[in-house]
Amino acid sequence: MAGSPVVERLDEDTFPKFLLRNARVFADRPAIREKDLGIWQAWTWAEALEEIRAFALGLRGIGFSAGDKIAIIGGNRPRMYWSMVAAQSLGGMPVPLYADSVAEEMAYVLEHAEVRFACVEDQEQVDKILSTSDALPKLEQIVYDDPRGLRDYDHTRLHSFEALQEAGRAAMAADGSLEAAWLDGIKAAKGSDLAMILYTSGTTGRPKGVMLSFDNLVISARNGNAFDKLDEHEETLAYLPLAWIGDYVFSIAQSYIAGYCVNCPESLETVLSDRQEIAPTYFFAPPRVFEGMLTHIMVRMEDAGPLKKKMFDGFMALARRVGERILNGEPVGFRDRLAYALGEIMVYGPLKNQMGFTRLKVGYTAGEAIGPEIFRFYRSLGLNLKQLYGQTEASVYITMQPDGQIFGDTVGTPAPDVELKIAENGEVLYRSPGVFVGYYKNEEATRATKTEDGWVLTGDAGYIAENGHLKIIDRAKDVGKLTDGALFAPKYIENKLKFFPNVKEVVAFGDGRDFCGVFVNIDLTAVGSWAERNNVNYASYQELAAHPDVYDMIQDHVDQVNRDLAAEPMMAGAQIKRFLILHKELDADDGELTRTQKVRRSFIAERYAPLIEAIYDGSTRKHVRTEVTFEDGRKGAIEADVEIRDLTIHPSSGGGLQEAAE
Amino acid sequence: MNVLVKPTGMQADGETAPGEVLLRIDSVSLSFGGVRAITNISFDIIKGEVRAIIGPNGAGKTSMLNVINGFYHPQEGTITWRGKVRRKMKPYEAASHGIARTFQNVALFKGMTTLDNIMTGRGLKMHSGFLWQCLRVGPALREEIEHRRKVEEIIDFLEIQAIRKTPVGRLPYGLQKRVELARALAMEPELLLLDEPMAGMNLEEKEDMSRFILDVNQQFGTTIALIEHDMGVVMDLSDRVVVLDYGRKIADGPPEEVQANQDVIDAYLGVSH
Repeated sequence: MAGSPVVERLDEDTFPKFLLRNARVFADRPAIREKDLGIWQAWTWAEALEEIRAFALGLRGIGFSAGDKIAIIGGNRPRMYWSMVAAQSLGGMPVPLYADSVAEEMAYVLEHAEVRFACVEDQEQVDKILSTSDALPKLEQIVYDDPRGLRDYDHTRLHSFEALQEAGRAAMAADGSLEAAWLDGIKAAKGSDLAMILYTSGTTGRPKGVMLSFDNLVISARNGNAFDKLDEHEETLAYLPLAWIGDYVFSIAQSYIAGYCVNCPESLETVLSDRQEIAPTYFFAPPRVFEGMLTHIMVRMEDAGPLKKKMFDGFMALARRVGERILNGEPVGFRDRLAYALGEIMVYGPLKNQMGFTRLKVGYTAGEAIGPEIFRFYRSLGLNLKQLYGQTEASVYITMQPDGQIFGDTVGTPAPDVELKIAENGEVLYRSPGVFVGYYKNEEATRATKTEDGWVLTGDAGYIAENGHLKIIDRAKDVGKLTDGALFAPKYIENKLKFFPNVKEVVAFGDGRDFCGVFVNIDLTAVGSWAERNNVNYASYQELAAHPDVYDMIQDHVDQVNRDLAAEPMMAGAQIKRFLILHKELDADDGELTRTQKVRRSFIAERYAPLIEAIYDGSTRKHVRTEVTFEDGRKGAIEADVEIRDLTIHPSSGGGLQEAAE
Repeated sequence: MNVLVKPTGMQADGETAPGEVLLRIDSVSLSFGGVRAITNISFDIIKGEVRAIIGPNGAGKTSMLNVINGFYHPQEGTITWRGKVRRKMKPYEAASHGIARTFQNVALFKGMTTLDNIMTGRGLKMHSGFLWQCLRVGPALREEIEHRRKVEEIIDFLEIQAIRKTPVGRLPYGLQKRVELARALAMEPELLLLDEPMAGMNLEEKEDMSRFILDVNQQFGTTIALIEHDMGVVMDLSDRVVVLDYGRKIADGPPEEVQANQDVIDAYLGVSH
């Protein structure tokens, strides 16, 4: 199915133009659905056009004109999406914001983007904006979707979405030329016009506004559709933040170009059951969503009856053996195929139904490394789960995994029209039609990120593996070198070790040192359940962490990681030579983790300096005393003798990359 | 003392408030054997307000609610509901007259889903006969769809879509309380009695619940009488507060006034004798 011939034509270069085309070509096909009061309500493309037109004219009525920016703050609601396209149809730019950001963060973006209008979901967002309105002299009008609780507010600059639409319809009825003028405006727009400004969350410093043109988004989305052969028959679920580039590309850009239907779940908590009802054919989720689903299934299978459990285990073993090969179209024996078909009826089908993946054509994950076991689990069920690597600045797509060439530890080959190169320091650079216009009002940052001839620095370090796929190892600024010159990518090593369920957290050291050493935090739930099964008694985390059997177990894991590293020519030099299991769990209350549970490497290095010293001076035991903060704020200290173990380094066996990736 | 107090009509308590008096308690006394739970209490509830009933443990607050919704019958005094005097009333009569309540200890059907529990709140409003409902065709089906729609609106209002099909027994306490509120709302009551709606909740749940109570009051215009121990909540939510102690009324008025009342302070903190 390559889509209708009309879709292939390249007349349209802005989303309002696509809207007009879809209302003509796919008039009766659903454009967007929303679950309201427990029932899925659908709008066809023709209806969507009517809604957007009414809103656009209403918006014009309160003074919105070409070049204006409108902040979009809210969840995945049809009206939020419509307001973005309505603004574009008037020559304006939507500036979507994270709905959960606090008022001060919001105020910065609203002020920086110089928005005159805001379209928000509900009272919560209205309150946030009003609370900072003193700092926002430019903001004139606020439109809200859900009127709940807003009845008694001063409505001089506050408008309900419905009221604006009514005003738009009335204006259209009163003045026949208004609609024609609106259509002329859409026709006059060019692909090189700015489509939107997206603020990147910015881990360091203030958020930056990424300006994207229609060409950026249209070409990227069109390439994305062609790459996975998406057409008007797809169904997707819109549940990721509007301010994230991915949501715009998946829920508007690709949808408008292919003509497929976007489904808005009832609320964020109902995504799981809503997905089951919709059974999307095209789906994106960050790795933790897939991890969560797998854990959920495994926990529930533990409670299943013995017959079901046996059946599940048996067919899952078969799936692990042949499932992925069948998916990749490789030759598989007739008997296995037959058994797999039986498994599809008995186990895989019902499982997929539970997860809402019955009709899944292609699923993507990105953002972080996904555990190879997790990745393989889904693929072995016959789900075409793939990885991609992207950025806001690239209109998402940098690399994607082509069907049949899926490797767990690489993120694919360059997406269509994308050129890729690796800089001297290992940083990944790309150039593509999706490359952003620049950062809004920040020439300096634009110059620092985008070179004269259009190459963009990703900030990520990586290399092209032998199979031609890109492999991302770490943030470029975190990558270091051992004293012998071997590449040292801490996060890469940490992630490899963290994929073991027994390991909760890892901190790797080695930049500027002789070898790589790691601190390990065991996962108390996983290791605790192991201890229970093996009659190991323990009273605390500290005691369990120091248990010799636990050390043996972790040593096995570290050795396995070393073996994996040895198979990769770039990484073989930075194998883990010594490790220790920390005597306390890393905790955000002690400042060792950020509130989002990320390791604060430099802080830990300082706090546990004696242990690092012990790793590098060759001692096998070290007595330490560490201050801790209890949950109620009191302080105390933990003392422990921490054991440090040595590992054998495996000789580099380059060329084994394919094997490791399988 | 055994004087039968005659209905005194709409006698204001000296203060003038907008809206008519919805419920009026007049010299009500209630005793169980020799235990006097409520002694000669009078107050009123004005339509559209949030009325708090507070007091130390054993002050007779819950007994008062039970009197209002017809579960207890006072030995003395009268209750005037929407201008009509009533002496004895069964709880289901009170319910059909527009008084709904939630309980101090959650009283839901634990094995039933949230949706079914809320649907039970519509029971009094179902009109089709038993047989029609069994067959679930024609008018009975139409009626059920109508009721389901109303219930879905409440689910949407209280943001409990995610637990629509979850058996109530599996829900955390805070959510169970919310389901109970939903069931009471499903009756579309004129007067909603809430018996310690925030008891046992954490701060976040309390904030949510406060928000919902205010929204119910503003959006549906429901009059609310609530018992609550959390003074912060009471002061923020209520328009007027009545304070009971040992079955007697010791204060009645706006929150700030009650807060400053010496008798109230004494009752809560105790006085040296």
